[in-house]
Amino acid sequence: MPAYGIEIILSRQLADSLSLPVFITDTIGNLIFYNSPAEETLGEKFEETGEMPIAVWSVIFKPVDELDNPIPPEDLPLVKTLKNKLPYHRTFWIKSLQGNKEKIALTSYPLISNENEFLGAVAIFWKINDNEN
Amino acid sequence: MKINLCGVRGSFQTSDAETKDFGTRTSCTMVSEDAALLILDAGSGIQTLSSLNFSAKRIDILLTHLHMDHIVGLGFFSPLFTPDQEIHIWGPKSSTQSLRSRLSRYLSPPLFPVVLRDLPCDLVFHEIGNSEFTINHFIVTSNYILHPGPTLGYRITGNRSVFTYMPDHEPALGQQGIIQNPKWISGFDLALNADVLYHDGQYTSEEYKTKKGWGHSSIEDALEYASLCKVKKILLAHHDPTHSDEQLNHIFQSIEHNYKALPKYEMAVEGNEIELP
Repeated sequence: MPAYGIEIILSRQLADSLSLPVFITDTIGNLIFYNSPAEETLGEKFEETGEMPIAVWSVIFKPVDELDNPIPPEDLPLVKTLKNKLPYHRTFWIKSLQGNKEKIALTSYPLISNENEFLGAVAIFWKINDNEN
Repeated sequence: MKINLCGVRGSFQTSDAETKDFGTRTSCTMVSEDAALLILDAGSGIQTLSSLNFSAKRIDILLTHLHMDHIVGLGFFSPLFTPDQEIHIWGPKSSTQSLRSRLSRYLSPPLFPVVLRDLPCDLVFHEIGNSEFTINHFIVTSNYILHPGPTLGYRITGNRSVFTYMPDHEPALGQQGIIQNPKWISGFDLALNADVLYHDGQYTSEEYKTKKGWGHSSIEDALEYASLCKVKKILLAHHDPTHSDEQLNHIFQSIEHNYKALPKYEMAVEGNEIELP
């Protein structure tokens, strides 16, 4: 397989330098990279899993809204980004690996090259503690 | 395939006697085979080609990017002032401005007295990105590579040989240096199994520590890159303008001393000609 474009490579290099969890997907949502902070959320190590097909990694999270209703995949920011090639943001809750409910904010954006080619998407998120100012 | 190194200095032209052995002029390389000819970059080294009697009706100049050390010689390249001489300039696309308009920022007052539209030659611009095209019998592949601003590397396939040109390239940018997986290596497909890779080796590893993100490589990273890409020989180029001949010789000797199992390597020297089968 040919090397990824520099836009993807640079995104990974940036993700490697951040303390926030970052996921990078290809154009159809296969997970091609996640950084160390994301490993904690995913419960897997990139060095061990390598790339993950969308069918495998997308079911790890169980996103719910403030009323505990499951959020359908098509309403999640990353899925919308992959579909519409636009950035999205949403705050929602996920069940952690330990079964705790965690409030997170997630921003996703498309990777579009100089040549206007859609290359994939990046999702970056952070946990929200409502007790903190 | 013949490769003529017309300018191998990085960043800006030097003038002091202490740099004349490796060369003072900035990036320019000529690749020729049979009657076909390509000029890679138009740094001040292109001036050495001005005196050549270009018999070809068409001259092709392939720019890796538009930093000054890669275009500064363009305005002084005499075929530009030859009526009806066909000159094709190939360079990276940008999402904001055309290649012509970006080059015009240099080739216009107050930086230059003549504007592009007044040149008597027949100038044709080609905006390229991740592309493959042919010029005469050469197959040219271009890909964006890691360097600030849109920057291309070129892989030139001739009758029997492959020459890869990446004078400005920082594949080790990032926390872990070069990621040891071909899919994540900038320009890997361009360099893979090349007979000769002309590559950025501007800094020592010590210097690189404070120059990360400037778009250039340490010699050590360049050698590792060549090794990962399985090139047959690497030419270390884009010499830092502050490096004297004595320092470059010292750097070269220290590589020989410290590294044994490496691909074949050489320091690029202005004026040298390399012949490939």
